[in-house]
Amino acid sequence: MSAALAFDLLIIAALVWSAARALTVADLFRGVVLFIVFGLLMALAWARLGAPDIALAEAAIGAGLTGALLLDAVGHLRAKREPEA
Amino acid sequence: MRRVLPVAIVALAALFGVALAAAMLELPPHAVRLPDDVAANIAASGVAHPITAVLLNFRGYDTLLEIAVLLLALFGVLALVKPHAARAAHPAHPLLQTLARLLAPLMVLVAGYLLWVGAIAPGGAFQAGAVLAAAGVLLRLAGLLPAWVAPTLLLRVGLALGLLVFVAVAAAVLGHATLLTYPPALAGGLILMVEAALTLSIGLTLAALYLASTEVRP
Repeated sequence: MSAALAFDLLIIAALVWSAARALTVADLFRGVVLFIVFGLLMALAWARLGAPDIALAEAAIGAGLTGALLLDAVGHLRAKREPEA
Repeated sequence: MRRVLPVAIVALAALFGVALAAAMLELPPHAVRLPDDVAANIAASGVAHPITAVLLNFRGYDTLLEIAVLLLALFGVLALVKPHAARAAHPAHPLLQTLARLLAPLMVLVAGYLLWVGAIAPGGAFQAGAVLAAAGVLLRLAGLLPAWVAPTLLLRVGLALGLLVFVAVAAAVLGHATLLTYPPALAGGLILMVEAALTLSIGLTLAALYLASTEVRP
């Protein structure tokens, strides 16, 4: 097995794993972090597929800005829940 | 009954997945040779990078509508924000503030580079705008940028500039040909002008989506 193929298989496995964990993990914060990890891996996958334009957009928008928005939403949910606890 | 339903859903989803995979395998290889069409017409597009040529010239109509949708999304967010006095930003750690002060000018430089290089290599207005927006988000997180709710006139102009310039260019070439068919001699300059306005508007809109949504209180 060539090194490139092994790397691609590793990316595929990590993509599926991070996607499944991001959806199933109980803690919202961990879910968001896993979503960002998924976005960065996806950018890597696009780069491997020879689509650097999409890789750039995925890293900047999918992982970066969406991640920031989701983290902020988690922060709001925590702030809302704390007075009750 | 409760046991049967999830099993049925999983079975249906699996069946759908198999059908999708089968349909993918049935597809003829290269039914449409779009890359060849692009390569044949790239000389007349005004740019040397095929992705930018497709986004801003061959399929410019799609990009025009995309920008309009992005602006509409921001209107929706702004409509949800309750009007109140903008709060002062939280003072962040001095280390983060210093880092943000150092990084923000660099990010503006990178955005300018991405915009310029879009004509010949991967890059372009959307990526450049996203980097600009990330600089705005970083400044906000560092507490250097105050939150706003009601955009000022200058900000409104900046938000709409991309769409307005795009529509103006699209209308200006109507005299020669159809909508968004640039004359080849001017195509490069027109595309750069549209992309520069788009970069500013996309950056402001994406940053505004973040800044405005952090102010939403139920």
